[in-house]
Amino acid sequence: MAEASQKIPVTVLTGYLGAGKTTLLNRILSENHGKKYAVIVNEFGEIGIDNDLIIGADEEVFEMNNGCVCCTVRGDLVRIMDGLMKRKGKFDAIIVETTGLADPAPVAQTFFVDEDVQKNARLDAVVTVADAKWLSDRLKDAPEAKNQIAFADVIVLNKTDLVSKPELAEVEARIRGINPYAKLHRTERCQVGLTDVLERGAFDLDRILEIEPDFLEAGDDHDHDHDHHHHDHDHHHHHDHGHGGLKHYHDEDMQSLSLRSEKPLDPTKFMPWLQNLVATEGQKILRSKGILAFTGDDDRYVFQGVHMMLEGDHQRKWKDGEKRESRVVFIGRELPEQAIRDGFEQCITT
Amino acid sequence: MKEFDPGEAPSSIVSITDRVKRLPLGAAVGSVHFLGDRAFFVGAEESVAIATADGEITRKETHFGAILCAASDGKRLVTGGDDGKLIAIDAKGETSTIATDAKRRWIDNVALHGDGTVAWSAAKTAFVRNPKGEEKTFEVPSTVGGLAFAPKGLRLAIAHYNGVTLWFPNMAAKPEFLEWAGSHLAVSFSPDNKFLVTAMHEAAMHGWRLADNRHMRMSGYPGRVRSMSWSVGGKGLATSGADTVIVWPFTSKDGPMGKEPAMLAPMPARVAVVACHPKNDIMAVGYADGTVLMVRLEDGAEILVRRNAGTAVSALGWNAKGTLLAFGTEDGDAGIVEM
Repeated sequence: MAEASQKIPVTVLTGYLGAGKTTLLNRILSENHGKKYAVIVNEFGEIGIDNDLIIGADEEVFEMNNGCVCCTVRGDLVRIMDGLMKRKGKFDAIIVETTGLADPAPVAQTFFVDEDVQKNARLDAVVTVADAKWLSDRLKDAPEAKNQIAFADVIVLNKTDLVSKPELAEVEARIRGINPYAKLHRTERCQVGLTDVLERGAFDLDRILEIEPDFLEAGDDHDHDHDHHHHDHDHHHHHDHGHGGLKHYHDEDMQSLSLRSEKPLDPTKFMPWLQNLVATEGQKILRSKGILAFTGDDDRYVFQGVHMMLEGDHQRKWKDGEKRESRVVFIGRELPEQAIRDGFEQCITT
Repeated sequence: MKEFDPGEAPSSIVSITDRVKRLPLGAAVGSVHFLGDRAFFVGAEESVAIATADGEITRKETHFGAILCAASDGKRLVTGGDDGKLIAIDAKGETSTIATDAKRRWIDNVALHGDGTVAWSAAKTAFVRNPKGEEKTFEVPSTVGGLAFAPKGLRLAIAHYNGVTLWFPNMAAKPEFLEWAGSHLAVSFSPDNKFLVTAMHEAAMHGWRLADNRHMRMSGYPGRVRSMSWSVGGKGLATSGADTVIVWPFTSKDGPMGKEPAMLAPMPARVAVVACHPKNDIMAVGYADGTVLMVRLEDGAEILVRRNAGTAVSALGWNAKGTLLAFGTEDGDAGIVEM
């Protein structure tokens, strides 16, 4: 069995129509970065580069016959991955571009569900390109756009030159209202360092530890992260921090939830609880991630999930002096917050 | 399922490993086909290696990229690639281009008919070209997962998402659609033309009795079925996907319905490829750990052809007379053994 490091990293590139995905792809394919990417695209014509590792796909989503209603995968992707694996060694990583109207779940789930795909490749990150000028509108009228933000590990907030500072603050606050955990880059014409979006490694899991629930960082013009976590505020509630401040929204139907414990968790309670939670509430939970400290276990356990699917493993030994803290985050719709909090509390070893 | 000690099986059975002519091809093998007494090893990419039973190897460059599918009728070998080309190789090793996809789409599947007609697919379109060069196309609702010609008449089975379309390219009649939810990949008719089976994306097979389209569910596999082979006379269908060969009985008019499959040649590794002998009730079995066995269908008696080593066996093939067996692996090892 191939180890995680030998598996080919796959970046899923999403973003609503016109946000700038093709601009970013063209940069990845034309810049001299010494890496070779196989790129699975939807519309051949848009990429102006001739390359035998650019593959057209049809976004054929199908349901798995396993009784799980949200268990959808991309059949075309399974086939393409199979074909690409015949050319192992000819490329370093894979990028999957989705159409602007696509739900990222079936793409991500393909990497959890399909045995052969999972053996050879691992989902590195979901990168969402967002249009700074239009995203706020799309979040109101396009559920796909909201899903893409909720799913993201990395958000490239593009076309920032087309908006004023207050407009930018507004759109960032809206993004953060949905997904406080993604790494956010502000760009013009997708000018982001490619190392910031590609081969991020294991979904940037450690980021979930860095986010302080009650801390709002003020915005400035650099590529800072605006990590904050929603709490129960009224809409359009302003926080004045330093220069400018950042609006803080509570999205009406997409929320995130963060759980934390400084006491170790009981694995015999936590794992069944988590599995049952995603089995029963998986349709509402878009993404879940966690770093866990279990009782009597010197290893850090990490997991990530998409809807009802989970993937987890011992990651490494806890380092000397490292705080053995568990952190779990969920992003989803109508999350049963209190029930999740109560269930989590029950898993803490007392 | 029984537990097996990995160390024991290979040493305790009859071995013909010393009679195998080793062919270090050095490049991953996708499939192997005999044209006459020469084995044509289709590489995972770019070329076909042609080997004699004495171990002489010549290489033919056929595709600029991955070779995605291959089929042979014993007279020629036809391969499709991610370069959008469909290439034929004859027994002498001469190559010719049958078709080039106008949009350079991947040629995902190919099938050959006894009368010289060739079928192939790119994305959702199935193509059929008869020996006179007349071409017809048919579009199915989703990407073609597999193609197979019926043993009688010019009828093509096209597997896709949610079922199989049966198309008579020379008839105006509306194609028949056999529906079953899920993604259908490889497809095959039983040699008596009574049954149609598909290997699905999930770990299961599905089948239809063609007289009345009655469903046959063949499930319980731990992994996806990637290889299937009809035993001589179509009495059984041997399949990969478990750590034994699962052989479904097809001797009665109900096919495998209500019957238990035979589970032969258990090993501590997943069966990767199966190839039934063309004349006798024996089959060759390749495993994910590199082991190759010959197995008698009647009682499961085993002969060791290749010890477990390196990566999975990816190709097995018999010549038409059944006197030569060839195998190839994912890491580019191969061999021929004379019976």
